[in-house]
Amino acid sequence: MLYKDLVIIGGGPAGLAAALEAAEQGVKDVMIVERDSGLGGILQQCIHNGFGLHVFKEELTGPEYAQRFIDRLENTGIEVLLDTMVIEITQDKRIFAVNSKKGVLEIQAKAVILAMGCRERTRGALNIPGFRPAGIFTAGTAQRYVNIEGYMPGKEIVILGSGDIGLIMARRFTLEGARVKCVLEIMPYSNGLTRNVVQCLEDYGIPLRLSHTVIEIHGKKRVEGVTVAKVDENLKPILSTAEFIPCDTLLLSVGLIPENELTKMTGADFDANTQGPMVNQWMETSCEGIFACGNVLHVHDLVDFVTMEAKLAARGAARYLKEKDGAYRQMSVIAGEGLRYVLPHAVGVEKMLDEKQNFFMRSTRPMKKAKLAIESENGTIKTKMLSYVKPSEMINIELGKSEISKAAGHLKFILQEEGASDE
Amino acid sequence: MYDAAIIGGGVTGCMIARELSRYDIKVILLEKEEDVACGTSKANSAVIHAGFDAKPGTWKAKMNVRGNVLFPGICEELDVPYINNGSLVVAVEEGEIKILEKLLNQGRVNGVPGLEIIGHDELMKMEPHLNPMSKAALYAPTAGIVCPYEFTIALAENAAINGVEFRFNSPVIKIVVEDGAFIVNTPYEFVKARYIINAAGLFSDEISKMAGAEEYTVTPRKGEYLIFDKKFGYLIKKVIFPTPSEISKGILVCPTVDGNIFIGPNSNDIKDKTDVSVTREGIEEIIEGGRKLVPELPLSGVITSFAGLRAVSNTNDFIIEASRKVKGFVNVGGIQSPGFTSAPAIAETVVEILKEEGMDLREKQNFVPTRPRKYRFREMDNLTRQKLIEENPAFGHVICRCETVTEAEIVDAIRRPLGAKSLDGIKRRTRAGMGRCQGGFCSSRVLSILARELKIDPRQVTKCGPGSEILKGGYKEFIAEKDMDEYLNTVEVESLSWKGGAADAL
Ligand SMILES: Cc1cc2nc3c(=O)[nH]c(=O)nc-3n(C[C@H](O)[C@H](O)[C@H](O)COP(=O)(O)OP(=O)(O)OC[C@H]3O[C@@H](n4cnc5c(N)ncnc54)[C@H](O)[C@@H]3O)c2cc1C
Ligand SMILES: Cc1cc2nc3c(=O)[nH]c(=O)nc-3n(C[C@H](O)[C@H](O)[C@H](O)COP(=O)(O)OP(=O)(O)OC[C@H]3O[C@@H](n4cnc5c(N)ncnc54)[C@H](O)[C@@H]3O)c2cc1C
Repeated sequence: MLYKDLVIIGGGPAGLAAALEAAEQGVKDVMIVERDSGLGGILQQCIHNGFGLHVFKEELTGPEYAQRFIDRLENTGIEVLLDTMVIEITQDKRIFAVNSKKGVLEIQAKAVILAMGCRERTRGALNIPGFRPAGIFTAGTAQRYVNIEGYMPGKEIVILGSGDIGLIMARRFTLEGARVKCVLEIMPYSNGLTRNVVQCLEDYGIPLRLSHTVIEIHGKKRVEGVTVAKVDENLKPILSTAEFIPCDTLLLSVGLIPENELTKMTGADFDANTQGPMVNQWMETSCEGIFACGNVLHVHDLVDFVTMEAKLAARGAARYLKEKDGAYRQMSVIAGEGLRYVLPHAVGVEKMLDEKQNFFMRSTRPMKKAKLAIESENGTIKTKMLSYVKPSEMINIELGKSEISKAAGHLKFILQEEGASDE
Repeated sequence: MYDAAIIGGGVTGCMIARELSRYDIKVILLEKEEDVACGTSKANSAVIHAGFDAKPGTWKAKMNVRGNVLFPGICEELDVPYINNGSLVVAVEEGEIKILEKLLNQGRVNGVPGLEIIGHDELMKMEPHLNPMSKAALYAPTAGIVCPYEFTIALAENAAINGVEFRFNSPVIKIVVEDGAFIVNTPYEFVKARYIINAAGLFSDEISKMAGAEEYTVTPRKGEYLIFDKKFGYLIKKVIFPTPSEISKGILVCPTVDGNIFIGPNSNDIKDKTDVSVTREGIEEIIEGGRKLVPELPLSGVITSFAGLRAVSNTNDFIIEASRKVKGFVNVGGIQSPGFTSAPAIAETVVEILKEEGMDLREKQNFVPTRPRKYRFREMDNLTRQKLIEENPAFGHVICRCETVTEAEIVDAIRRPLGAKSLDGIKRRTRAGMGRCQGGFCSSRVLSILARELKIDPRQVTKCGPGSEILKGGYKEFIAEKDMDEYLNTVEVESLSWKGGAADAL
């Protein structure tokens, strides 16, 4: 059995930033366990640019962004176990992992940071009727084939879902000489960042068909086409609008789900909306000394926020290792009207690390102008006007210690559309 | 010259192959797909029925009851997971109770042991997530579940190591009788055999006709399914049937041996024997049916859907007989439900028929009843894992994260007797790609291992045989084919857009 102060599961941007910050905070005995043969997580296959605008104030590609962190690992004493997959974790922070050199490793940690990232939603989750031939890929899988393996999984492509990965792959496939026929989105608005819709679709003349979905997949051995249709307000397909589009590939970009199989083993409390664990201001789960950050906690659209969140988790873990008290249950944070979720799920002023605290949230629908109000049992703490709010773009709000200390009972975040009628 | 040619590598053909491999004869099995278990035998409920459904005296009733008795022993010999979880036919309405009584009596006549009708309270104690309106149920303790493709593959592997030859991608297209023997044509070869066993499932009517034997018809009757994530496995433990209708046992809610739950099948006669597509109406129908029994079923937990086709003959019973028109031709057709359960009994019967037809069957001395060891890393304890990794480091390399399948298991699946040749072949032998991410993570990795082991180009790797190649081309291959002017136009647009992009993100 190995003994470690802090074990970080996952060596993507969240795990890397957490490890570096923990070392900086004076934690001596840090280990990253990563199942892949290199560090960097999903960033390794994101060879497009657009990473690091907040953190580095420049536009980097995914691998470049990751490399900035990997370079800093040297001389920190942080131990990295590659090609090693964690298969089990217990509530008392015992970790079981396997690799081909050492076999089964058993590690007893004093604190743990979960940074396992997320996975893509599949066709099953959507129940698309039709056959199940070759040629149906999630966008991230296709990205790996093209960018890492160097193969083209399709030539005539229809993309279902306007998530960012799908948009980026629309451009990537076009540049590789394939033909992207259209991107279909069931909602009346795009689910990706605005810049991606512009740069990846509009610039290449790829149509984005809102309020449309695939209602049937054709082809017994390989995809031969899809039937698409418009949907009504209840997202039900309008069969009279059905139309056949020939293609050899259907790409799915219909959302990401935090990868929490390990987290569940700890018995931590979960948030049904984020599908990740509930956390307090230090990103600590309801399991004392077990922290979470990055896509395992909630799905991020910008890696910069992942980095911020990971640093917070690392500082929480450093504090926990020193003071040995977890304080998960404090004042609860509630997502009210207009918001799908707010993170962290709990805060407590007396145990804040800084003078300020970041809150991450997503709206339930797009709003041109909206008022964010933060309320507690004794009235409104703060209001703020926001413009061009979209569910696909995470909102990040900072509250000062003095503001939070005004609150009593709970903190409730509410997002209301302003002047909706003049749309 | 072969003594026997079996047409069709479903559970029926493979079980017969395994039975015949006990004897000192030369046997070949011809299968039109690239692997065994590619037809109905991969897409069904895989319930080892107790045997109360079929009318007394039918082949279905006899074969089912006998098959149910033989099943556990065969699974043990072949190291195939078998769970004897029992089944419940649930009456949700008062009026349905008399149907339960009818089934109980029918089951007793068929010789099904242990049947009893249980009341609401006992039922809810057995299955707390059942519809609380449920009135009573017929409990059959001898019912069980199995993994249908794993069982079929195990039979084939075992038959293969006992000397049965298998030919894949070999559809039988013509049968000629010559000098008291058959010449069976596939697009690639002529196979000469003294006896033919027709186990071609949905196509058994066509094969019978091809040989000039008795004519019958087989109609495909589609059944669709949804599979749920393992995390909902707690919802039910037994096989839950509704009270049956005239034509079908109805939409059930059922656990799998791997810990998932499925709902289905519905029942619709169709025309095309290859139409295994899932329909919108079908999905709605089975969700409604499933929820009638287990109202909590969460739709967000669905990981995949599929459909299977029952081979319904015009007699509405199994057809198991030697042809009176063509000597040496044996029909095993119309094997609809409970055909899976019945397979061991059908194979016994076929051996008897062949003896009557004059085949010289002498038992071999060296018949091996088992198959090569099967590794299931996810089910092992850590000590066993450690030992295996020391022997073979590839056991320490997890490829499928959802089902915890290692590289060693994937390589083994390829190198075993009748090894996997495609992603689906790997999936059915190891479960890699069958979990909640449905291969999103591992399929590219499995593809590389297949290419390496089979010594083929990655572009030749298929999902399920020729025509289902995963990749469409290599890097830059499509650009090379393109009109250069058109292409350069696009690239220019892209480099411009990079410049304007940054500000928008903030
Ligand atoms: C395809 C894609 C495109 C994106 N494009 C952009 C963009 O253009 N700009 C931008 O700012 N952001 C983008 N993002 C978002 C950003 O990259 C992600 O939010 C960020 O990578 C998440 O970091 P993470 O560390 O939480 O997860 P990941 O990067 O997924 O890292 C998780 C790591 O944990 C490891 N792991 C998981 N389970 C285990 C285990 N059991 N044992 C050991 N190791 C394990 C994984 O191998 C992986 O390396 C994109 C995201 C994706 C998926
Ligand atoms: C929806 C559904 C639910 C069911 N549920 C159950 C259940 O719970 N319990 C139970 O006991 N039974 C059940 N069954 C029945 C059971 O699945 C079948 O009885 C059984 O799988 C039939 O096996 P088979 O080998 O006869 O046919 P198949 O598995 O279809 O095999 C026939 C094989 O012949 C091959 N073939 C066809 N034509 C040719 C040719 N010209 N040349 C070479 N090869 C050819 C095909 O490719 C195929 O592989 C169910 C069936 C369905 C459809």
